[in-house]
Amino acid sequence: MAETITATNGEVLTAKDFATDQEIRWCPGCGDYSILKQVHTILPQLGLKQEDIVFISGIGCSSRFPYYTETFGMHSIHGRATAVASGLKAARPELSVWIVTGDGDGLSIGGNHTIHLLRRNFDMNVLLFNNEIYGLTKGQYSPTSPENKVAKSTPFGSIDHPFNPIALALGADATFVARSMDRDPAHLQNMLLRSYKHHGSSFLEIYQNCNIFNDMAFESYTEKSTKKDEALFMVQGQPLVFGANNEKGIKLDGFKPVIVNLEEGASKDDLWIHDEHDMVKANIISRFFDHVDVEGHLPRPFGVFYQTTRPTYEDMMSQQIAQVISAKGEGKLDKLLAGSETWVIE
Amino acid sequence: MALETTTHDLEEAVIKFAGDSGDGMQLTGTQFTTNSALFGNDLGTFPDFPAEIRAPIGTVAGVSGFQLHFGSKEIFTPGDICDVLVVMNSAALKSNIRNIKKGGIIIANTAGFDAKNLKLANMTSNALEDDSLTNYTVIKIDVTRMTREALTDIQLGMKEKDRCKNMFVLGFLYWMFNREMDNTIKFLNDKFGKKPEVLEANLRVLKAGYSYGDTTETFNTRYKVEKAVMPAGTYRSIMGNQATALGLVAASKKSGLPLFLGSYPITPASDILHDLAKYKSFGVKTFQAEDEIAAITSAIGASFGGSLAVTTTSGPGMALKTEALGLATVLEIPLVIINVQRGGPSTGLPTKTEQADLFQAYYGRNGECPIPIVAAQSPSDCFNAVYEACRISVQHMIPVILLTDGYIANGAEPWRFPKESELEEIKIEFAKPMAEGEKFMPYARDEKLSRPWAIPGTKGLEHRIGGLEKQNITGNISYEPENHEFMVKLREEKVERIANYIPEQKIDSGPSKGKLLVLGWGGTYGALKAAVRELNEEGFAIAHAHLRHMRPFPKNLGEILNNYDKVLIPEINNGQLVKIIRDKYFIDAMAYNKIQGLPFFKSELMDKIRETLK
Ligand SMILES: Cc1ncc(C[n+]2csc(CCOP(=O)(O)OP(=O)(O)O)c2C)c(N)n1
Ligand code: SF4
Ligand SMILES: [Mg+2]
Repeated sequence: MAETITATNGEVLTAKDFATDQEIRWCPGCGDYSILKQVHTILPQLGLKQEDIVFISGIGCSSRFPYYTETFGMHSIHGRATAVASGLKAARPELSVWIVTGDGDGLSIGGNHTIHLLRRNFDMNVLLFNNEIYGLTKGQYSPTSPENKVAKSTPFGSIDHPFNPIALALGADATFVARSMDRDPAHLQNMLLRSYKHHGSSFLEIYQNCNIFNDMAFESYTEKSTKKDEALFMVQGQPLVFGANNEKGIKLDGFKPVIVNLEEGASKDDLWIHDEHDMVKANIISRFFDHVDVEGHLPRPFGVFYQTTRPTYEDMMSQQIAQVISAKGEGKLDKLLAGSETWVIE
Repeated sequence: MALETTTHDLEEAVIKFAGDSGDGMQLTGTQFTTNSALFGNDLGTFPDFPAEIRAPIGTVAGVSGFQLHFGSKEIFTPGDICDVLVVMNSAALKSNIRNIKKGGIIIANTAGFDAKNLKLANMTSNALEDDSLTNYTVIKIDVTRMTREALTDIQLGMKEKDRCKNMFVLGFLYWMFNREMDNTIKFLNDKFGKKPEVLEANLRVLKAGYSYGDTTETFNTRYKVEKAVMPAGTYRSIMGNQATALGLVAASKKSGLPLFLGSYPITPASDILHDLAKYKSFGVKTFQAEDEIAAITSAIGASFGGSLAVTTTSGPGMALKTEALGLATVLEIPLVIINVQRGGPSTGLPTKTEQADLFQAYYGRNGECPIPIVAAQSPSDCFNAVYEACRISVQHMIPVILLTDGYIANGAEPWRFPKESELEEIKIEFAKPMAEGEKFMPYARDEKLSRPWAIPGTKGLEHRIGGLEKQNITGNISYEPENHEFMVKLREEKVERIANYIPEQKIDSGPSKGKLLVLGWGGTYGALKAAVRELNEEGFAIAHAHLRHMRPFPKNLGEILNNYDKVLIPEINNGQLVKIIRDKYFIDAMAYNKIQGLPFFKSELMDKIRETLK
């Protein structure tokens, strides 16, 4: 149901225009296919010219993404897509820059660049494909793998405590933080559009199934039988409800979130109303992160955790230059070369 | 009333000002330098900063120095050792006593030699009182007391008064070298115009220093260093890092490309970042990244977007950029990487100079990854060198490494700076939009083997590039065995072909054939030139050639090397260029190395050359 929108140059693009002639090399059944499809679906809706879009990735299965998208693109080096994109955006603020990264790429080797990108607030979209595993290197645990994860490099289970990517992004003062999943196309498209519309760094964590090395890692949230009880979809201005019949809700007991049952006497009026502009609430809900095996765990939230506005790095950079030029005039090379003191030898 | 004095004419002199970091020695040195430049001397300077930012007052670790070499003849270096050493305290004497000529003059502030200062400098006996300085002429002045006395009726605190001490020394040296003081008086007026007391105090102490020379009987020899014969023109003083920053702005202007710098602070490269950050009125974008990896990769992003993209660093940072250098090589995009070398390995000697990163520039990457290398040879030459690096990079679509070093980065010399109109245009063209139905080939090549620079925002040029091996012309990923070999050879050939677009190697001094060629590169230029010139004057038929292009070498280099019986390659490292030359030209080049964090002295080079000729 791809909507069409006329680009600024009058061209009408469709998802097809964004496919390339390259053979797609992901494993059949990989969650990356769905994400690629949803991205190609929303791109024509942005009203952008194709040549004004750039996809930059690092290294990983997910990072093959640019090869399959007919825009400008760079498949850079492991962990550095965020930094490459920062330089590009600083140099060319008018471009629409998208970063495709993985849980290893963006949170392990490139974790540093990710947090710095977010604090600087470049107007770019970070799509973090989280499959809780290193796919390309064939199945080692990643910084988002849960404790006790048995993987190639952890035959006796991982002793690493995982990152909570959403809390990390909030901690880095990201101005847009959201989570979605490969298996909910409508939600993912919606989140992609919201990421794009946000002026500033958008951090979108996408749960992505690696059916080869970490199959069903997110099944509790994606499968019909459990999704309603385990996934909590946040909607702005609406109470936090979940469950097969939306019978469960989240209530704040002081600062402590508790699950209440609307069918067992709890009132809808007492429920937590989602407010994506409230940093305190965003911090609390970002911590709904217990593994499904933990007794009494809270549901895993999806949607926009937080959104705020702050000047972007590239805007401030351009403004500073404009201010200096308007105060001092455009630089004169001859004057610069001469410096403040010269002498003449005859 | 002036006493009877004699004036000696000198061809050249080396003065070193040394004191505690708080004694204002850098300022004193630069004032004397400006004075000499305005007077018409040729000169070279070098500051010698303590490694610690706030080392304890009075200790050897806290000594800050400034060396100036000026003359009526051509000057190529800041000088080996000094004729005049100014020491404001015991620690300054202790750390510089090795740097003064036998028979040289030591001007010592006696207040800096009290029990407390001697103890701070770990000196058991007062060198000014015992007989350890008998080989020198020692002029003892209680600068602190004289300064205070000159300011008795001025309403300033003792600390502020004491801060004028350096002006006393400066005034005294102006007297000693028969100088006018106008430039310093003007400087003080500009600097302290808004603080009349401070201005008055500084002026008074400056003049007191001068009259002290005039009126005391202790010292009655004065010196004169006449004007040098220099090419006519307008000059300024320039330090290497300043020249690098200016060269980048100039290259940006003359290529029409916006300048982007991605950098992470590191000694001794940071000043390039500081300078460029000031040049916003030229549209310069400086990005202080979170580390060196982000610094270079952000520059790669900017280059992809069509900027003249640059990253600046020193050895340890260069190590971090390694992987991205490989990316830039495979992407075949322009990028200028500047390594202001310092002593290594690891943190090494951050404030000392070395030329030990040549191998790193040549070989320090995974895979077959040749990168062109350009080297700067003097402070002002950093301008030309970086301009050349930019030109090669954008015209050949290739990353280029520029090597400078701490010695020329912080050293200064007079520079007959060019006019914008005299600078050669750097011609580049971005790939043009494609018509409907045409397919863009990102790795199509011209006669330089250079590929199109196709920037985002250009219709029809959408394409993807990356670090994976690619097919020529299409740029598609390719794992084919023959293709990889082909591409490796092609990237090498692309570097080698640059030799068709650079000047031939020239002999800097000496005959074009003969017994010995002294071959150098980088910051040793001044010392090599001075040594070879002097030996030429003594009648030795030896020559000096200095490399600007380290990779590829100029096409005629092999021929030049064969014109001499022997080739000597002096380097501030453990022998790097010499190994590359032996490998490439199969000649028995000899190495001469110094690895002390210090530049060559002319004298030691002359000794070595004489020995080689035996
Ligand atoms: C410098 C460097 N170190 C290690 C690797 C090997 N490597 C490639 S991808 C990867 C992990 C990828 O994991 P992730 O980012 O989660 O991507 P996925 O494959 O799961 O999509 C690793 C370790 C590399 N390419 N470069
Ligand atoms: S290894 Fe996993 S993440 Fe990678 S392509 Fe295959 S299924 Fe997808
Ligand atoms: Mg992964």
